[in-house]
Amino acid sequence: MRTETQRSVVRDNDERISNPRFETMDKGMAEARSIVDAAGLEALRGQGYALIGPTVRDEAIVYDEIATLDDLPRGVGDEQDGGHYRLTRRNDEALFGYVVGPQSWKKLLHPPVLRLWRARREGDELRVEAEPARVEKFAFIGARSCELHAIAIQDRVFLGGAYADPHYRARREDVFIVAVNCGVAGGACFCVSMDTGPKATMGFDIALTEIVAGSSFLVEIGTDAGRALLDSLPHRAASASETEEAEAILAHTAENMGRSLEAGDVRELLARNLDHPRWDDVAARCLACTNCTMVCPTCFCTSVEDASDLTGLESERSRRWDSCFTLDFSYIHGGSVRQSVKSRYRQWMTHKLSTWYDQFGSSGCVGCGRCIVWCPVGIDLTEEARAIRESDAQKGAT
Amino acid sequence: MSGQGHRTPSAPRLAVWKFASCDGCQLSLLDCEDELLAVAQALDIAYFPEATRAPIRGNYDLSLVEGSITTPHDAERIQDVRRRSRALVTIGACATSGGVQALRNFANVCEYASIVYARPDYIHTLATSTPISDHVKVDFELRGCPIDKGQLIEVISAFLAGRKPATPSHSVCLQCKLKGNVCVMVAHGTPCLGPVTHAGCGALCPSYDRGCYGCFGPMETPNAPSLSARLSSLGMDERALQRVYRTFNAQAEAFREESERHDE
Repeated sequence: MRTETQRSVVRDNDERISNPRFETMDKGMAEARSIVDAAGLEALRGQGYALIGPTVRDEAIVYDEIATLDDLPRGVGDEQDGGHYRLTRRNDEALFGYVVGPQSWKKLLHPPVLRLWRARREGDELRVEAEPARVEKFAFIGARSCELHAIAIQDRVFLGGAYADPHYRARREDVFIVAVNCGVAGGACFCVSMDTGPKATMGFDIALTEIVAGSSFLVEIGTDAGRALLDSLPHRAASASETEEAEAILAHTAENMGRSLEAGDVRELLARNLDHPRWDDVAARCLACTNCTMVCPTCFCTSVEDASDLTGLESERSRRWDSCFTLDFSYIHGGSVRQSVKSRYRQWMTHKLSTWYDQFGSSGCVGCGRCIVWCPVGIDLTEEARAIRESDAQKGAT
Repeated sequence: MSGQGHRTPSAPRLAVWKFASCDGCQLSLLDCEDELLAVAQALDIAYFPEATRAPIRGNYDLSLVEGSITTPHDAERIQDVRRRSRALVTIGACATSGGVQALRNFANVCEYASIVYARPDYIHTLATSTPISDHVKVDFELRGCPIDKGQLIEVISAFLAGRKPATPSHSVCLQCKLKGNVCVMVAHGTPCLGPVTHAGCGALCPSYDRGCYGCFGPMETPNAPSLSARLSSLGMDERALQRVYRTFNAQAEAFREESERHDE
């Protein structure tokens, strides 16, 4: 009965998300392909956007403000596996020759720590000041297909339903997105399994495929704003062979996924295996450190904290990312509901791959592999799902 | 400070007590330069040998206790402190888990004393170093070696407001991620105790490309054996694994058990 109610909520949500900016892009817009050179990537400078893109910091690729083309990681690749990440030197000058790093666009649209309001006592009065919404618009350079799907999922979480999040909305509206189709597959990537990549098909203004490393990009248009940007740049029509080359690159990426997950029925598989012994096995390895949830581009949970000063005159409320792996997260009167790490890992994985459908109408996993790579002990949810599948309680019966 | 500042007339009385410790934690209070006047205004700093000219005898609304119990004399004195205190808050790893001096708990203290002191027979010490909570009821434990001064102000503010302090007991990893730090263990292969360590320092060491040393002791549900397996694959041998857990919080249960698992 609960499931039915939640499903009807999801339908309502879908109707409410009517802003075309948040909708799936019309694939019909991507008619003629064009070619731009690397200098075109600087076209968004001076247009009033905060330009955010990949850059190298602390031996990883992070998303940060970029000023020029030189800030992008030229000739850099990466090596990724469970609990393992290293940058590598490529033998070309590619600007996007790596996959996703430890951060996602979540940190910009749904900041790790956000003050909600401040209050001050003045005499007998209490003055409450709401945190103003962000005004400056973002332009995201180099968002990958899995990340566009993650943003679409968080759109449903924060903007669907009766209570849209004003801070998320202010940050999300009018973001200009330059997507990049993945030219390589990472060691923990499984977007092909989740049907979320490697080719960007929605949620972008412009999408690029790097067909000549570091210099030449095939462009697809997603929105009118994207078309206007392209029109302002030197560009030429793509030849048939260039379009074929882009397709070949993407086909190669799709064939080289580091991981795979049998996603078709994983929702039902997990739902009927809540008492599978594998949960004990993974609990013995799980650190409950929260890293998987922090790096996940769809995990959205927060905790709200109040702070007061020594004088008792000023107070503020803020929210910060929280995780279903902490004890406080499920604390209600009398204690935490999920005392065991087993129950916390099971909550996370079943939410991501199973109950997310009930709540939001889709999977909560986009196959980016971050939870695998940034788990200090390399716990791999594709492996956990496989292990459960191999000794499914109803194997043969279904 | 004389304890006679321009504080509110009915300000709660604060005492700061020292047991076996290095003074670093109580000095964190003096280190709160920007907030110190506000502290002195909100509280009557009645007993604080490091800072006041003359102690005021009597009872206290809030006692901050630094240090562990290592002598028979201190074992009695903490009972007196408890009796005089409405709320007793321990500050730092010594008071909360026994401190680095709890290394004696893994050895024979008489042997130690004979090596360190010219006349060990003058030394009246206990065989163990133990946290305050082993001796008296503790109202709140603030972690860290040393404590974080921001957290100390938070605890005092919460006491004054009658609310629970916001000092989360999750891992250091969560703080790293809130700060946008790149994981030093995953990306650099640097051994790090962050996943099993209580937050509170603001992920200080990983923010400077170092692994976490576990100064704040075990987090709420530490899984040290699993982390040790990973540290071992990063090149730490049994001796190194034993030592990494045997520092400022050696006596804290999860760290003690894990270090003993790697005893040769």
